[in-house]
Amino acid sequence: MGRPLIHRSPMPGLGLSMGVTLTMLSLVVLLPIGALLWKGASFGLCNIWDTVNRERVWAALFLSFRLSFFAALFNLVFGVMLAWVLVRYRFPGRRILDAAVDLPFALPTAVAGIALTALYAPNGVFGSLAKELGWKIAYSQWGIFIALVFVGLPFVTRTVQPVIEEIEREVEEASATLGATRLYTLRRVILPMLAPAAMTGFALSLARAVGEYGSVIFIAGNIPLVTEIAPLLIVIQLEEFNYDAAASIGIAMLLISFALLLVINLIQVWSRRRIGYV
Amino acid sequence: MSDIAPIRFRSATEETPLARWALIGIAFAGLAVLVFAPLIAVFAEALVQGAWAAVKSLGNRDALSAIKLTLIITAIAVPLNAAFGIAAAWFITKFDFRGKAFLITLIDLPFSVSPVVAGLCIVLMFGSNSLLGGWLVAQGYHIVFALPGIVLATMFVTFPFVARELIPVMIEQGRAEEEAALTLGASGWRTFWTVTIPNIRWALLYGVLLCNARAMGEFGAVAVVSGKIRGQTATMPITIEMLYNEYLSVAAFSMAAVLALLALVTLLLKTLLEIRHADQLSAQRRH
Repeated sequence: MGRPLIHRSPMPGLGLSMGVTLTMLSLVVLLPIGALLWKGASFGLCNIWDTVNRERVWAALFLSFRLSFFAALFNLVFGVMLAWVLVRYRFPGRRILDAAVDLPFALPTAVAGIALTALYAPNGVFGSLAKELGWKIAYSQWGIFIALVFVGLPFVTRTVQPVIEEIEREVEEASATLGATRLYTLRRVILPMLAPAAMTGFALSLARAVGEYGSVIFIAGNIPLVTEIAPLLIVIQLEEFNYDAAASIGIAMLLISFALLLVINLIQVWSRRRIGYV
Repeated sequence: MSDIAPIRFRSATEETPLARWALIGIAFAGLAVLVFAPLIAVFAEALVQGAWAAVKSLGNRDALSAIKLTLIITAIAVPLNAAFGIAAAWFITKFDFRGKAFLITLIDLPFSVSPVVAGLCIVLMFGSNSLLGGWLVAQGYHIVFALPGIVLATMFVTFPFVARELIPVMIEQGRAEEEAALTLGASGWRTFWTVTIPNIRWALLYGVLLCNARAMGEFGAVAVVSGKIRGQTATMPITIEMLYNEYLSVAAFSMAAVLALLALVTLLLKTLLEIRHADQLSAQRRH
């Protein structure tokens, strides 16, 4: 059954396109990641573990992951709702709303970071309101949560939107003729169809938030053990020229990213088997 | 829409008007707080001492050098990534080979790696205390804390953008048109320029647009490799951070406003592309 590595094809440009693709991929992405893994390997697994297994590092990793999870959860609910509104309803301002969803992708993270800090700092517009209620947002974990919601906002909406467009009205009509209320149809017919795409968006949003740096560091306050995120820890180690420690934390974060990537792929395989599309 | 009928029955596949308007209201309110408010805050903070102060803060030597550096980096990184995107999309969609899914996963990899880790990878590979970096420094080539490192870091984080837009479009379009051109005797390059490029130009532009926006605004990866030398390796986002940390709020927000304007232009062009050339963008982009 020996399937050839590359099928013969009359198309020109095999050598050139393969060469450019593989060379650039190696040079820009694979070799640098290899350098990180190589650094880790030469530092030794035990040493990596000793570096990561400190209270401050665990606190940072746990903080990054926990807040990213909550932010992605918020984006999951709000994002599905937003996608539904944008696809199904016609109202003035829909185009602007639709374009605005992508602003977190287009706005540089440092800009978002200082803008959110200006809003939520104790003397900011929202921050002073919250202060009246005794609620501190900027320079606390709430601030990090808001920054992570901002950067992850588009993912769920953008993965769910095309799926809602594909839904056949007949399915909903069938459900309605069989006596289901609108809410029941939404819950039992629509939501299950959206679930795989929504989960993909959730995982993408989570992966983005775990690694986020620019928008968070301004609003976080960066207090060790309390509001210090994992990427910041790497930057701090690098500023002290402590490359081994930086590489160790970097590898830990890379493993988390790979695990999330694996989960995303598994969701897509599972949904393709179940309903035939993602 | 000229709807004359005074009585309108609600279809069974619609929510009640109350639910509909409530959802629309929540959508507006949510985006107002999460997206519009930060955007307005950038311009409000920049203009707090008047437009003149804002413009003047952009006129000094360090600010101008940051703007110039960002433009140079983008001018190198974006065309290189566009060339990669075209080559990768051609390779993946015009040929059948084993490990295609794996290759696509590898190309997408930078999206799931933290920008800070990306920068770290480049420091570890090209830094002066690494094997390769040490040798390059001995030859007089500085990568890290210099322009090449910043370009590499920018390329890393924006690597998948163009390929991702092109691959679905080229899969949809198939190979028939190129095959016809080849049968009629066109050379490979001629087929590419006269058949493929016109078919993918809008998707290409879309990918370049996203790639460009991210390249100009990249912060985490660049922060790690730039060394933040004022007037030399400080890009616009890095300068924003430095100014902000020095409590030069107007200057920081003025530069942020420039990048925010750029983001708005990007969104506008993107929306225009989605409206006018939807059929030539990947299915995900049509709405």
